[in-house]
Amino acid sequence: MSVTGVQGEEREHYTRAESRQIRRRSMRLLGSLLHPLRPTLWLTVIAVMLSSAAQVAGPAIIAYGIDTGIPALIGQNWWPAALSGAAYVVTGLVGAFLIAVYIRLSARISQAVLIDLRTRVFLHTQKLSLEFHESYTSGRIISRQTSDLDAIRELMDEGLTLLVRGLMYMVFTAVMLIILDWPSGVVLLIALVPLGILTRWFQVRSQQLFRRSRVASARLIVQFVETMTGIRAVQAFRKERRNEREFGALVEDYRDVNAKVLGLFAVFNPGLALIGNTAVAATIVLGGFRVVDGSLQVGVLLAAVLYTKRFFDPMEDLAMFYNGYQSAASALEKISGVLEEEPSVPDPERPVDLWNASGRVRFDGVEFAYTKDRVVLPRFDLDIPAGQTIALVGSTGAGKSTLAKLIARFYDPSDGAVTLDDLDLRTLHPKDLRRAIVMVTQEAYLFSGSVADNIALGKPDASFDEVVAAAKAVGAHEFIEGLPNGYDTDVNKRGGRVSAGQRQLISFARAFLANPAVLILDEATSSLDIPSERLVQEGLTKLLADRTAIIIAHRLSTVAIADRVLVMEHGRIVEDGSPAELIGGDGRFAALHAAWRDSLV
Amino acid sequence: MTTPPTHPPGHAAEAPRLGAVRALWRLREYAGPALPAFAMSMGAALIAQLFALAIPQVMQQIVDGPLAQRDATAVWPLAILVFVLGAIESILYALRRWLVVGPGTKVEARMRDALYAKLQDLPVSFHDRWPSGQLLSRAVSDLSLIRRWLSFGLVLTGANLVIIVVGVGILMSMNWLLGLIFLVCSLPLWWAGYRFEGEYSEKSRLSQDQQGDLATAVEESVHGIRVLKAFGRGKHALSTFRAQAESLRRTEIEKARLDANIWVWIMVVPAIALGACLVVGIWLAANGQLTVGELVAFFATATVLAWPIESIGFMLAFALDARTATDRFFDIMDSENTILDPDAPRTLERPRGELAFEGVHFRYQDAPSRFPDLLDDVELVVRPGETMALVGLTGSGKTTITALTTRLYDVTGGAVTLDGVDVRAFTREELRRHIAMAFEDATLFSASVRENVLLGRPELAGDDPAVQAEAQRVLEEALRIAQAGFAYELPEGLETKVGEEGMSLSGGQRQRLALARAVAAKPAVLVLDDPLSALDVTTEAKVEEELRSVLADTTALIVAHRPSTVMMADRVALLEAGRITAVGTHSELLRESEHYRFVISSLEEEERAGSDPADSIREEPETDREEVAR
Repeated sequence: MSVTGVQGEEREHYTRAESRQIRRRSMRLLGSLLHPLRPTLWLTVIAVMLSSAAQVAGPAIIAYGIDTGIPALIGQNWWPAALSGAAYVVTGLVGAFLIAVYIRLSARISQAVLIDLRTRVFLHTQKLSLEFHESYTSGRIISRQTSDLDAIRELMDEGLTLLVRGLMYMVFTAVMLIILDWPSGVVLLIALVPLGILTRWFQVRSQQLFRRSRVASARLIVQFVETMTGIRAVQAFRKERRNEREFGALVEDYRDVNAKVLGLFAVFNPGLALIGNTAVAATIVLGGFRVVDGSLQVGVLLAAVLYTKRFFDPMEDLAMFYNGYQSAASALEKISGVLEEEPSVPDPERPVDLWNASGRVRFDGVEFAYTKDRVVLPRFDLDIPAGQTIALVGSTGAGKSTLAKLIARFYDPSDGAVTLDDLDLRTLHPKDLRRAIVMVTQEAYLFSGSVADNIALGKPDASFDEVVAAAKAVGAHEFIEGLPNGYDTDVNKRGGRVSAGQRQLISFARAFLANPAVLILDEATSSLDIPSERLVQEGLTKLLADRTAIIIAHRLSTVAIADRVLVMEHGRIVEDGSPAELIGGDGRFAALHAAWRDSLV
Repeated sequence: MTTPPTHPPGHAAEAPRLGAVRALWRLREYAGPALPAFAMSMGAALIAQLFALAIPQVMQQIVDGPLAQRDATAVWPLAILVFVLGAIESILYALRRWLVVGPGTKVEARMRDALYAKLQDLPVSFHDRWPSGQLLSRAVSDLSLIRRWLSFGLVLTGANLVIIVVGVGILMSMNWLLGLIFLVCSLPLWWAGYRFEGEYSEKSRLSQDQQGDLATAVEESVHGIRVLKAFGRGKHALSTFRAQAESLRRTEIEKARLDANIWVWIMVVPAIALGACLVVGIWLAANGQLTVGELVAFFATATVLAWPIESIGFMLAFALDARTATDRFFDIMDSENTILDPDAPRTLERPRGELAFEGVHFRYQDAPSRFPDLLDDVELVVRPGETMALVGLTGSGKTTITALTTRLYDVTGGAVTLDGVDVRAFTREELRRHIAMAFEDATLFSASVRENVLLGRPELAGDDPAVQAEAQRVLEEALRIAQAGFAYELPEGLETKVGEEGMSLSGGQRQRLALARAVAAKPAVLVLDDPLSALDVTTEAKVEEELRSVLADTTALIVAHRPSTVMMADRVALLEAGRITAVGTHSELLRESEHYRFVISSLEEEERAGSDPADSIREEPETDREEVAR
């Protein structure tokens, strides 16, 4: 099985080669994100090294003060004492200044990386075809851009600065200790053995637990959000008690794994302390003997003890961020997978301009298939003259929407070409393509913002009067005026209380404002009540008079305004003619139309 | 298209706040049983730190004793003492953490369960006002913050305060001057730490809001991808997104600035304190007022005290954060539930299914006062076994009427009755057993098709073969009626998981499953809100055909947009300007009501009737506007 792109994302286990492939991919991504930041990166590294060095100097200075300063002062020489005090303060100041520089620089780096990554994922997501969006589902693509990016952000924000600093601090402490008194350094190196074992133990245990914890919290969140967004159905079907049981089990599961994680820390952190304290005791013994026989000074012994004790301090932080590191790494792996996906409907490399499209649409030997054995539309030809209004009729799954999406270039045909004014859609400049062809779908999605904003999406530079004119043309003006703040009413999902039908009217106005040469309406009137539909149809006859239109509707009333009807079945166009011809005939459409007329009476 | 930051209700006009201690004390309701464990943990922390403080004292003994007297053998017992003290400190440290693991996480779990139960109990009007993201952050991050504060913050604040007092006492007793210098120099750290946390948590909240906005922009760009693609507005969406990402970046860099500043404090203040102590200590030692051992012990003690002293400011701020989280938790727990079960509920063994609206008034809480009641004196009786279609223009309040029947909302005047009993006299559990609903926006849960359809029949969930057979029969029947046969063709058939986390289904498929769910509930009253809007004509006709048999002996209220749906009904009620203005059969209303003809009849029909549709189009919106302005 391949792990290219988003494939295999949900799998639990990978082969060694596959995990190497995935890791390489995410490292490449990380590299490309950091590449432009190299100068800052170097500065940051220098700052953190110098600051660690300054920080680590403290105990050595104390040692100097005790061992040299006291005897000197007894001999009335103030210099060593003053020097040690001043050095202590100065190294502190320098260390503090450099740490501040380091924190600010590393924040700048991580923010630059994040904004770059966010933009890349956003742009790439927008470029990916609808086909990808439909199979990958919106939930997943949103988590890539929200929770996965958050995991990376958290590591960068909090983890990385402490991590790098902690590691540097440990390295410098060890080096300093060895320089100052190598036998104490040996004690520390010996202490690294149990430290390594303890850390390894923690790593292995925590890796599984952290993963379980992430899964448990994700489940908890899904159940919670689903309950709150579906509260009407929950209450109407008395799901509360059952939900409480289900949620209670998830809460307990999450609690259990959290308790285990905390239990792990309750062993690991005290374990670190134990190793540290033991090493201190050993340093005292080893140093004590040497002080007694005069080969070591007391101040150096104190410094050795302080170094040994401080060496273990950053370990707790490092353990804390191991979790963050893990989730960030797996997040990066998934994000790199999305970025690896090739857009199946790519923008042309050398786009052709088309200023004023007439609206002639042709299908030349077009075939469309998801995969070789799943042909949706077998090879066909179709010529739609400019200005014609087409009604596409057929049962669910007959391929009407697919045909419409080919015209809108939401999909590209597997074979053959769709052309507008004899130009292949794949060669058209995206801007021209979108200006010439607009598709309105059933969902009628509204973005947060005002009603006017949503209509103006069809033409961003439209004046308010144009917006109102568009709303009037499709019969949306009345209800918009009746909203609490008219055109300025916020359509936000909850507060606005805009019904499904009203949403469709708004998206109609949006399309009207865009004024395309080719207009595609895919079930765009399904939720309208009859008076609104009537108004829309009134408007449509005017709207469609001088442009090409493809209309898909379950309600056959739309057919009345069409010049030509195409009946589809199993991906094929089985009937093609004017409404009058087809109704008068004895084909499928005639039967369908008769049944529909009956349903009205 | 900018998104205003979502301010949760109740935050703008804050009620007078309790003092921090009293606010946190409210946690005892949930933390009560765990308090002994927290106290013991605090004790362990305290003793552990006392042992840590004892180690420098032993070091002093070593330096001034064996080392000064050049007695190597005497080093051993004292070094072993250091080891033993260190080992005990580590064990107590472990004990401090172990003691709170169980109790702490249990407090968190208890609070989370309680919050969830409360939220499920609160009425739909509450959920209209609170975005689910706000609720989620309370249920997850706030509660985890409270747990961390209880098991670490509270425990360590207590222990550290004592340790600072004891430690500074020890330093003072060794040498009052050194101790005083150390203490005075440490004070600015407390202040800096506290102030930092205040500013930092403000920025953190801002950053959280901005992350929320960014997430909204992402969600919209994904959910609205068809619109963005269709209009080629990807660039436009990107610029909105970039602007928001940019302001988030600025906030984060501001946070880093604060962070950098506090680290300067944390490092500079001790450096000055200890630098001063070093010079003074050398001077004292040279004068013979201090032994070298004491000076060594002083620095070792100062190292032990460094962290407790640094932590005080943070701990204080931590407590304030915990208090905010506690307030946010109780914001919800204190919300008054307006839709409650009565004290002495009525019950109906076998309801006949007469559903009546008696002078019903309703308005949404947030409706501007210049607007009239949405439902303004609705009078309607649906007789037992009767199917009543509810017809009216978009926005006339049809969906609201359906929601009143099961008390998803309560009427603001008048009453809805079932078999002559006010619906508010039943428990909600019983009422919703008698009345089942299907919504226009069909919500499915992340569960199998089977579980979703049998949601209203919890009694069919058992393992008993007889019950299982019955469940299967009910399920199959409901799927047949709703024309949801596609469910058998799903990858895992009826066990296929649907909903947010499962297979994505089309709008029409979801609607049919939701309809099957309502039918499977076998209620006395079925309330269907435009249940067929997303179906194609052929499927719709089949569903209607099947539904007729179900509706024959069930009371039903069906919101209808299409004549075909109306045809299933025995009678039709016309909702107009908040009132039921006409009730009768379809043909009666067609004959008698102009408004009904306007609402329900299609173009063709009017053409056939010989009237000019353009007339009514010109007239009706006029009356609409008058009604709104009234």
